[in-house]
Parts: sequence; C-alpha cells; structure tokens
Amino acid sequence: MNAARRFAPRVALLLVAIVAILLPVLEPNPASINVAVFTMMYVGLASAWNIMGGYTGYISLGHAGFFGLGAYTLGLGVAHLGIGPGYGPFALVPLAGLLTGLFALPIGWIALRTRAATFVIVTIAVMFMLQLAAMNLIGLTGGTGGLSLPVPRWSGDFYNTPFYYAMLILASLTIAVSWWIRRSKFGLGLLAIRDDEDKAMAVGVPTRQFKLAAFVISAALVGMIGGVYAYYVTYVYPEFVIDPLTGISMVLMAFLGGLGTLTGPVLGALLVEPAQLSLAYNFGASRLYLVFYSGVFLVVILLLPRGIVPSVRDLTIGWWTRGGPGRAAGPSPGPSTPAPGNVVAP
Amino acid sequence: MASQLLQAAVLGVLTGGVYALMASGLTLIFGVMRIINVGQGALVILGAYLSFVLFNTWHIDPFLGLLVTMPAMFLIGVVLELVFIRPLKTDRESLSVLVTYALALGIEGVLGFVFTANYRELSVWYDTASVPLFGFRITLVYVFGFALCLAILGALFLVLYRTTFGAAIRATMLNRTAAQLIGIDVEGVSAVAFGIGMATAAAGGAVFGITTAFNPNSHYDLISRLLTVIVLGGLGSLRGAVVAALIMLVTQDVASVIIAPEWSAFVFFVILVAVLLVRPEGLYGVRVRERI
Repeated sequence: MNAARRFAPRVALLLVAIVAILLPVLEPNPASINVAVFTMMYVGLASAWNIMGGYTGYISLGHAGFFGLGAYTLGLGVAHLGIGPGYGPFALVPLAGLLTGLFALPIGWIALRTRAATFVIVTIAVMFMLQLAAMNLIGLTGGTGGLSLPVPRWSGDFYNTPFYYAMLILASLTIAVSWWIRRSKFGLGLLAIRDDEDKAMAVGVPTRQFKLAAFVISAALVGMIGGVYAYYVTYVYPEFVIDPLTGISMVLMAFLGGLGTLTGPVLGALLVEPAQLSLAYNFGASRLYLVFYSGVFLVVILLLPRGIVPSVRDLTIGWWTRGGPGRAAGPSPGPSTPAPGNVVAP
Repeated sequence: MASQLLQAAVLGVLTGGVYALMASGLTLIFGVMRIINVGQGALVILGAYLSFVLFNTWHIDPFLGLLVTMPAMFLIGVVLELVFIRPLKTDRESLSVLVTYALALGIEGVLGFVFTANYRELSVWYDTASVPLFGFRITLVYVFGFALCLAILGALFLVLYRTTFGAAIRATMLNRTAAQLIGIDVEGVSAVAFGIGMATAAAGGAVFGITTAFNPNSHYDLISRLLTVIVLGGLGSLRGAVVAALIMLVTQDVASVIIAPEWSAFVFFVILVAVLLVRPEGLYGVRVRERI
C-alpha cells in the first residue's frame, strides 16, 4: 500500500513527461500543436501566477503587464541586436525574464505597500499604465502600430514544434521553481503570510522581502513566457500582449485547479485553455465565448471555491484513512507532490 | 494658454462630477460589503447601452430615460448581489473581485453579441449646443451632466446622513458585526447598497454615453480609472471619492493641455503611485490592519 502510494505519483509524472515530450510525434497535425503551444503557455503562466497569488494570497490581476514586458523585450531585442529568424531569438528569452524581473522590482515595491483589495486595484492600474506607455512611446515600441518580428523559415508542418518545446521547457521550469519554493523555508514563509500576515511578521518572517521576492520571481517567469509568445505570433501589439483577458485567464486556471497547490494551476490550464481556444475559434467574432468564459468562472468560484485538486484530495484522503492501515502508525512522508492540501484555507 | 488652462480646469470639474457619481457607487459598495466591484465599469457601459436603446427605439431623452434605467439597474444590482455575492462566505474580498470580473466579462460578451463591437454614441441636441462661460464655450451636456451628478450625489448624501436607513448603511460600513448585533439586517443593507451602486452606474452611463463613443470593450479603460479614483479617495469613503474624482479629472485635463492629450490618462496612474508612496490608505481612508 505504502509502496504504491510512494511510487504511483512518480510513475504518473514520468508518463505525463513522456507524453508531453513526444506529443509533436504522436499528434503531428500543426493545428493540434498550435493548441498545445497555447495550452503549455498557460500551464506556465498559471503556475507562475500561483507563486504570488496562490502561495502568498496576494491576488494580482495585472500579470498581463509582465507578459507584455517580456514580449516587448524580445521584440525590441531582436530588432536592435539584428538577430535573424531561426533559433537565435530564443536566446533572448532569459533576457526577457531578467528585464521583466527588474521592472517588477519597483512595481512590486510600490504595490506591496498595500494589502488585499487595494493591492488588486494597484495591479490592475499598473497593467493599464504599462499598456498606455506601450501605446504612447511610439519611438520605442512603435505605438499601436506594434512591432513585427522576423518570421522563421521553417516548413509548415514543423513550424509550431520549436515553440511547443520552448513553452514546455518554460512551463517545466516554472513548475520546478514552484515546487522548490513550496518545499523551502521561503515557501513556508509565503504560506504563513497568506494565513495571517501580522502573525507571520511577529514570528520573524521577513514579510516585505518575501512578498517582493515572490512577486519578482512570478513576474520574471511570466515575462519569459511572454517573450516566446511574441516570437510565436511574430508581432507585438499593445492590446494583444497586455490584454486584461490574459491576466484573468491565468487567475481562473489557478483557481479552477486549486489555489496554492502545485498541480492545480497545471490542471486548470489543461482544462480551460483548449476549451477557450475552440470557443474563440467557433464564436470569436460574436464574443459569445466571453459569456461562456464568465459562466465557467462563476460556477468555479461559487461551487468549487477551493478548486479541483484540494477537493479531490480531501476525498481520496478520506478513503485512505478509512480503508488503509498506514495512517494510524503515523503519517507517511509525502509522495512526490508535497501535499499542499493541508494549507488550503477551508 | 491661460484661458486654455482655465477651460481645461472647468471641463475637468464638470467631467469630474460624472466620475464622482460612478465612483461613489463603487466606494459605497466597498464600504458596506468590503468587496471591490470590478464590474462597475461594465455596468456603466450597460447603463449607456440601455439609454442608447431607449433613445434610438423610442426617442426617450437619456436624462428622462434615467427614470426607467436607474430603477431597472437597481433591481439588477439586488439580484446580482443575491445570486453572486451573498453565497461567498469565505475569503470574500478576493473571491468577490473575481466574481465581479467574471460578471464584467459576461456583460461584455452579451453586449458584444447584441450590439457588435462598433462604437456607439448618443447624439442628443445638447451634445453639440454650447453656452458661453468665462470667455469660452462649454458644451451643454457637461453642464447637464454635472447638474445631474450634483442632484444624485446630494440625494445619496441626504439618504445616508438624514434617514434611519442611511444610518443603518453607515453602521454597517463602520462595523458589520456590531451592526448585526444591534439588529440591523446587514444582508438586506448590502443588497440595497449594491443596487444603489448599480443605479449610479446607470446615471453615469447615460452621461458617459453622450460625452464619449463607447463599445462593449470600453469598460476596461473606465474601471481602471474608477478604481484609481476610489483608491486615491480612500476605499469606502464617499467624500474621498468625490474629492479624488475632481482632483484626477482636473489634473488630467490640465495635463492634456500642458503635456499632450495622449499622456493625460497616464497622469491618473502617476497620481496613484505618488499617493501610495505617501499615504497608502488614500486621502480619506483609515489605516486598518486588514486580514487577507
């Protein structure tokens, strides 16, 4: 029983990894890979958002601004460094993360002077501020005319594949960072901030530094993903790369899967993004997909405010405690997922 | 230049009144319920579309139409509160942001489906007619809009400070639990407050629809400004919202003369940042140790 509990998650993780890596071979249709690129993008975005929003409880609705900063970094970098089409622009992705992180530092410093409701508002305001700056700094960003990036000369069948792997690598990196934070003392501090910030401060958690660090890490990861997105669509328009809908989508996915859990945002993205893409594809012009989107959102928050992962975990733990002998002898060490269920507020 | 500045300042005060009206609903809802209604912008746009329909179909003047749209929006608000806000028991503050955001998206989607993404404008006669003032001309709609806002805000203040029900609202704002203990129906007060918030959105929407071309997307721009206004004023402070709206709009209009019109909206956010650095609780806010 215990061996099964210990190895089952690892085997599952291995299987998921194999499927993710072989996906372009298993399903070589470019349209499918296009869906996979965007889904993997949101796996990364929701997981990155979760580092701030899930662990510390500070809900940012402005992460689309960091997505845009990363996209602009890549677009401007490619243009000014004269990098041609091909694999070259991918080398700028870490730079996109770095610059976004640098921008996020003062933004976070100011925004984190406030708490709860005011913080949410400030993040929204910052996002629109960045969008407005992108529209008005015409000399730098090309204004509403946007920037265009070189188009890689890859064949149609292969075109999407490098972007898929780029997104897969970034999503894996984000999940790894999230996992590491969750297991570290830093992560414990973040969770303490979420549960009661004043008490956390009282027991010696450096709350200001921890919150700011989580904010910057989260923003930098989102920035890198934004960079790859810019190269994938080969243009950067202010309204598209700094879109409030991108910001709210990552939040929805994290909420649906389970706020503050490691696997929740991943699951949320896997469920929502393909559905959103097919709806936008079928009903895009009539904007009816927004109605569907809002419906899912409302149902999730009203009926499943804790998300899928914590709810399901409670069920399975219930089965195990009733049926299995392992628990009476003392809780076994957590399996590969670091059992975040106990930290989710009821 | 001087007369241009004066004109900008006067226009700023007049449009500031409209923003004060729209923001007053938002800050009232926050004060009573401790939730941020991110959907307020979308509801203003909904109000503008309602006025638009009344005007285009039955030729009902938008100001007169408020007699219909304000009660209608009040009812919509009460229903929205009952269905979507009241069930939130835990973690209201952050969950309500998401719920109202989802409502905004839903309204945007429905409006986009019904009215398409084309820009609409309410073209009434007082949108072009103007009166002379201090040596320049002011379009009448700004004057009418400002008068309407004064009337509605005045009525709101009268209700809040001169009636028993207003006292119940203020008590709920001060301390929800204590208000409940002395027998105030805080759930009912919340529903009515949400309804009032929607009614102000309807009124603001009618004026907004006359002065500005709008489409279903317009709510993003609007809500970011309204939120900035209530943060500057101090969350939950009605007086703060009015003062902040006037400060913001006058500064914005003056800045568009001095700097450039396209940067004027940026002033909003610069002021916000400056305020947060000096006084994170806003002009009239109280510094509270909130639990998140």
